[in-house]
Amino acid sequence: MTSEVVDNDKRRFLTQTATVIGAAGAGLAAIPFIYSMRPSARAEALGAPVEVDISKLEPGQLVRVLWRGKPVWVLRRPEEALTLLPKLDNQLLDPRSEDSVQPDSSRNPHRSIKPGVFVALGVCTHLGCSPSYRPEVAPADLGADWQGGFFCPCHGSRFDLAGRVYKGVPAPSNLEIPPYRYVSDARIVIGEGDKG
Amino acid sequence: MKKIMAFLALILVALSAPGQASESAGLSPVELDVFDLAAVRRGATVYANYCSGCHSLSRIRYSRIQKDLNLTETDMRNEFMLGDVRIHDTLKSALSPVDGESMFGVAPPDLSLIARSRGVDWVYAYLKGFYADPSRPLGVNNIVAENIAMPNVFWGLQGIQEPIRSQVHGESVVTGLKLVKPGSQTVTAFDQTVRDLLTFLAYVAEPAQLQRLPLGKYVLFFLLVLTVVFYRLKKEYWKELH
Amino acid sequence: MANEKTKAFLAWLDARLPVIAFWESQLTRYYVPKNFNLLYFFGSLALLVLVNQILTGIFLAMHYKPDALLAFDSVEYIMRDVQWGWLLRYMHSVGASMFFIVIYLHMFRGIFYGSFKQPRELLWLFGMVIFLLLMAEAFMGYLLPWGQMSYWGAQVIISLFGAIPVIGEDLATWIRGDFVVADATLNRFFALHVIAVPLAILMLVVLHLAALRTVGSGNPDGIDIKKLKDASGIPLDGIPFHPYYTVKDLVAVGIFLFLFAFMVFYHPEGGGYFLEAPNFEPANPLKTPEHIQPVWYFTPFYSILRAIPSKLGGVLAMGLSIVLLFFLPWLDRCPVRSVRYRGYEFKIALALFVVSFIGLGILGGKPVTPDNTFWARVFSLGYFGFFLLMPWYSQREVTLPLPERLRAPVLPLEEREGWFWQTLARLWRSIQASEAYRSTCVWMEATWQRIQAWLCLQLQRLWIQINQRLSASDKYQSLRAWLKTVRGKQE
Repeated sequence: MTSEVVDNDKRRFLTQTATVIGAAGAGLAAIPFIYSMRPSARAEALGAPVEVDISKLEPGQLVRVLWRGKPVWVLRRPEEALTLLPKLDNQLLDPRSEDSVQPDSSRNPHRSIKPGVFVALGVCTHLGCSPSYRPEVAPADLGADWQGGFFCPCHGSRFDLAGRVYKGVPAPSNLEIPPYRYVSDARIVIGEGDKG
Repeated sequence: MKKIMAFLALILVALSAPGQASESAGLSPVELDVFDLAAVRRGATVYANYCSGCHSLSRIRYSRIQKDLNLTETDMRNEFMLGDVRIHDTLKSALSPVDGESMFGVAPPDLSLIARSRGVDWVYAYLKGFYADPSRPLGVNNIVAENIAMPNVFWGLQGIQEPIRSQVHGESVVTGLKLVKPGSQTVTAFDQTVRDLLTFLAYVAEPAQLQRLPLGKYVLFFLLVLTVVFYRLKKEYWKELH
Repeated sequence: MANEKTKAFLAWLDARLPVIAFWESQLTRYYVPKNFNLLYFFGSLALLVLVNQILTGIFLAMHYKPDALLAFDSVEYIMRDVQWGWLLRYMHSVGASMFFIVIYLHMFRGIFYGSFKQPRELLWLFGMVIFLLLMAEAFMGYLLPWGQMSYWGAQVIISLFGAIPVIGEDLATWIRGDFVVADATLNRFFALHVIAVPLAILMLVVLHLAALRTVGSGNPDGIDIKKLKDASGIPLDGIPFHPYYTVKDLVAVGIFLFLFAFMVFYHPEGGGYFLEAPNFEPANPLKTPEHIQPVWYFTPFYSILRAIPSKLGGVLAMGLSIVLLFFLPWLDRCPVRSVRYRGYEFKIALALFVVSFIGLGILGGKPVTPDNTFWARVFSLGYFGFFLLMPWYSQREVTLPLPERLRAPVLPLEEREGWFWQTLARLWRSIQASEAYRSTCVWMEATWQRIQAWLCLQLQRLWIQINQRLSASDKYQSLRAWLKTVRGKQE
């Protein structure tokens, strides 16, 4: 059957070239399939940044907005709460927020861009319940030491008014701070801004 | 092999020939260039001013138009976005379908796909085909869409046309139109306005064509190279037979 | 070093799964006639299209919503909002039409070269079942976009079942799950289209290939290559499937993908035949379109349906037109397989059949007029005549003597016999002698050289660009350095 000498080198070269180009083609062809599973424009639209008007927020008042399907708290933090924060450090698991998620602009003792307004994801870092806002001091169910903060009713995790988690509770880290920025003194946009 | 290539080239040329469907329906073909982004932008403005009051484009978002036309959000807000719509919203009309139906007898349809379902040739003839007809509730009729419920939104630009009737098979049929009262635009300028609007509608019907068409040549080039390599490989292996 | 590892791995695998035996029996020691021509590519191309439909179908199903209120919008969502969704959609819709082009040509090859005859009757039957399943799959798939043509086409075709006496209406209602085509119909068609029918098709393709491997492939001469074997039992005219036909099929795949990509990127609507214009309007049960027609690949059968004046008669005729294909191995009484050696009766009947099939197809897309109905009837006679008269004319055929050994894949004009080919040969010789032909040849040769030169130039430019980009990239340089150290460690 074989009449000529088989040029193995040429065969190998051609086979290799065909394989490389074919594999490259297959890889390029895979891109649309894989990318089609990324969030679509509709998901992006639904997950678009949310504007919040904080001009009428009273001290101690907390508003909840939905961003990307999760609750985001915007709290006008009273002065007394701010001065209290450093005193709680020795009761906290991660007082300097070294192991928690926050944007660079919130990498400070009060964990926010401006100290007077606190923005955080209202999702407990334990198993995802939404904690309650408990600003009152020493209520009956939380004990005499409670200076105001967030209490998660699911498994009892406690966070201070900078979202920092107390020691000895199930939650392993501080509340997550989402990216946000100030459009003006009266409006913030949640979902835009620097990330951690 | 050469015969195969020549045959394939013939197939491709045949496939590239434009469709004949609209010509046989009596509509003259309209050439549009969706890549003329300036025309798409002008058409979008025409749409915002004359059509969006009643017709929604609920399948396209402002953000998509912004991205495809390389505009800033400020441009979008100035030219197209009315009211407190957000950038990712779709282009819904303020007229609800219920109100539309009570006003016109039929809700003004969404126009997102009109360029594909009816074809640009038909929409072009339709937009230019209104004529005065006192027997209709809104005073106009249309040469390609008989007894349509839509008013002639362009009468100010186009002017007023009257029908030319002829006897066809014993019936009086409208066979042509003549302009009896000019509008604020000349015939050429109005034609350009309609073309711009159509370019915009053709874009809205398939925004992906702005990515699809430029990408095609790269894919075909790659496949050509691949086929040539495969061909050489085949020839090398088959040389030893006989 | 790497070679030994591969060998060891293969040995491990082979002790647990008959991979080597499979590789040899199906590929390297499966002997196949050496004269396959263009018509023999369509089987493997069909497999390629099947893979395409399944892959794109899976990713489309991640976003599609099989609900009458959501379906149309979900398709437009895929086209606009899903990243690359438009490409997946077009690959699927163009692929569906390509599937039928490939399958019709594949079936034509069977009829042309007698691949359906003994001992390949079962192979043909499996293929026919695949064809039926494919038609069902395409029909159900077409309902899913829930456009005007989807809805009304399904309405018309399902109501045909109502024509069956006694059980018809109940059957139609059972298929629909409702009194008209509705959400229930859409949802079940989705389930069948996505999993039930594809599974059945896959199983039947396996059976089809198994039946093929059992008897071996036919060839353009229709003779049995296993009759003449060499000393080691290998057919004299046989060559191993791998590497010869794997490598040749790759060229066919390349050309097919080129045409496929051309349609997907430049003409995805297929001139209104792949994606029909009325289907860009959402389904409206209160508004019937002016012309309801099935997709192009069903039009021949739809034509036959409309040609018969009675509803039940039309349904029966349409059914018969497909059922007759199942009986082909037994209708054909001619002992010779390939058209090359058959009598003129078969050649004329086949030509009439092809013309009728195409004619029926064109008419199926046109509205019902007295003229169109007349021609649909004429072509229906041509179609049915091919099958129903076959037991008679196939026995009368004066066949040519079969060769001992295989001849060329495409017989050159000079080797062909009969007045038809002689006249054609004379015509061709006179064309070849003409000046116009000579200058065309020169032009074609020059253009081909220019194309090759252009391709080379583009590739060179691309190569330079790639090299420049890579040299500038730190990541690539560190990757190369790492690779060097790895290779150094191995040696």
